[in-house]
Amino acid sequence: MTEKAGGLIGWIDERFPLTRLWNDHLAKYYAPKNFNLWYFFGSLALLVLVMQILTGIFLTMHYKPDAALAFASVEYIMRDVEWGWLIRYMHSTGASAFFIIIYLHMFRGLMYGSFKKPRELLWLVGMFIYLTLMAEAFMGYLLPWGQMSYWGAQVIINLFGAIPYIGPDLAVWIRGDYVVSDATLNRFFAFHVIALPLVLVGLVFIHIMALHEVGSNNPDGVEIKKNKNSDGNPRDGIPFHPYYTVKDIVGAVVFLLLFTIVVFYIPEMGGYFLEHNNFIEANPLLTPEHISPLWYFTPFYTVLRAIPDPWYGVLAMMASIAVLFFLPWIDHNPVKSVRYRSFLYKLNLAFFVIAFFYLGYLGTLAVNPVRTEMAVRFSELYFLFFFVLWVYNKRRTATFYIGCFVSVVGLITLYDYLRGYDEIWPLIVPGWTIPAVYLAIHLLLPMIKRLGSDKPVPDRVRM
Amino acid sequence: MISGVACMSDKNILDTKRRRFLRTLAGLIGGIGGAVSTWPFIKMMSPSARAQAAGAPVEVDLSRIELGGMIREEWRGKPVWIVRRTPEMLESLDTSESHLRDPVSDFSEQPEYTKNSHRSIKPEYLVLVGVCTHLGCSPTFRPDIAPEDLGSHWPGGFFCACHGSRFDLAGRVYHSVPAPRNLEVPPYRFVSADRIVVGESGEENA
Repeated sequence: MTEKAGGLIGWIDERFPLTRLWNDHLAKYYAPKNFNLWYFFGSLALLVLVMQILTGIFLTMHYKPDAALAFASVEYIMRDVEWGWLIRYMHSTGASAFFIIIYLHMFRGLMYGSFKKPRELLWLVGMFIYLTLMAEAFMGYLLPWGQMSYWGAQVIINLFGAIPYIGPDLAVWIRGDYVVSDATLNRFFAFHVIALPLVLVGLVFIHIMALHEVGSNNPDGVEIKKNKNSDGNPRDGIPFHPYYTVKDIVGAVVFLLLFTIVVFYIPEMGGYFLEHNNFIEANPLLTPEHISPLWYFTPFYTVLRAIPDPWYGVLAMMASIAVLFFLPWIDHNPVKSVRYRSFLYKLNLAFFVIAFFYLGYLGTLAVNPVRTEMAVRFSELYFLFFFVLWVYNKRRTATFYIGCFVSVVGLITLYDYLRGYDEIWPLIVPGWTIPAVYLAIHLLLPMIKRLGSDKPVPDRVRM
Repeated sequence: MISGVACMSDKNILDTKRRRFLRTLAGLIGGIGGAVSTWPFIKMMSPSARAQAAGAPVEVDLSRIELGGMIREEWRGKPVWIVRRTPEMLESLDTSESHLRDPVSDFSEQPEYTKNSHRSIKPEYLVLVGVCTHLGCSPTFRPDIAPEDLGSHWPGGFFCACHGSRFDLAGRVYHSVPAPRNLEVPPYRFVSADRIVVGESGEENA
């Protein structure tokens, strides 16, 4: 594009790289031509981010960040402010929609190996976005000052209190008081409406810059930049604009259709998007019967509850999130896409999805001994998924597979032996079979070549 | 004239050693300044003078507690319980010991001077923070022996209706209940024979 535009565009181009930015990132930015449904979620996440910021700004015009006024001001928005109910339900539904989209977006990356070389940094930036989003959601949830807001914040801040030595002082510092109080609400408001959104927008910008540097992966996991035509453009690529802008608009329309159904007809989603207890004002002297975080935190909350000691529980929970950061270095098998991975890899991925959902379900329930035992077992499956992923980096010897199987099952048995006591032995023994069977499948069956071998990857994408 | 030019260019040769020294020094001083300037921001998040005043120590008169009874006080926004235990109550502590998760309070929070079998300074008076160590509910005081709902082995203690945690009359947690640790003992000291201050450790104990 050597010819210069005239008129206003030309005047601007001499002072600001408008045409160049347009071309580099849209009109001449080549994306693989074989994107499927899973590739909607990046642009949808951007759409929801904009929607959350916009609805959030209008909510702050009527919301009062004061422990004495906050709860009533939210009810005021719902009842007396013109269209307040809509903007508030868009914001609360948007939070859950954001997490649904982000989880699907992350799963896409996991499934097609989009975190692998050269996209490690892209994945890391994405993980930081996810972490920031969790903090943003957690702090936002305190603002309505309902019972669940209050006691949820109480429990989560107390997690920091479990850190040895500095914990109790750190928890006081975070709250700005000895209990969750007006000081806590006020600072969470500041973080929620300005500090974290700024960080989020900055990280999203870096995420997109990193993406446009390395280019998108695709369902075949083929590097399209390795096969260029005489113009220097990838043969398997098409310009992002107009092809994918139009495709993404279709995705946005379908998403908005589903989104508005929820906003108009089921904004509380049976207590999953807005918990019932949160329609009661926060009362520091009265604890609700059962405290659970919102659904998007529950898989990690279950990992926390699986371990009796609070500090080790916090460590396990942090590890369950931290392990995702290391994904590019755990799974560096050269075959990117699930399409060309072995049967057992696919099975492992399916187990991971089941474990993640079940952990999430357990986290919404009150504890009893059976559920705690299942929490332990499925937390084990969650972490073992990553171990198996590492084992599957290449073909191993029979000795290696058997050695891995014996040592990991041995470790699990040892842990069971250490944590067991009279009443829970009848639960531990059948529970033990869950990781044992899982490991037998994933560490012994690969010795059958047909089940454990990856397939050849084609040179070009398939349409 | 020619030598003059040579002299000029000599002076223009970059003294990299000196430049690196200046760069390091500037970076170091700027870095220290930057680090120090975060202090007001960090401290601004600590409890304010007003929050600290609300969290000030509370003086309690123990003479108004009847034998075997309990009173509730508020300290730092949390309920604080003071139980005046009878000799029979203190005896029950020994019998419950085998059912406890942490009988010697190794994994629980209390000031060093209350880390004993009765978890208090004077055996008669038990001082506890009335917040369950599980998820922060406030348990109920159940000194009645063998009530219908808690079973015939109940020797008296504290019961949390939220998730069924049980504690004995020293706030020590039972086995196989959700609460991980014994109830917390706040710092306190005796100012006279029947007056305590909750929220301060005595000098003889510190």
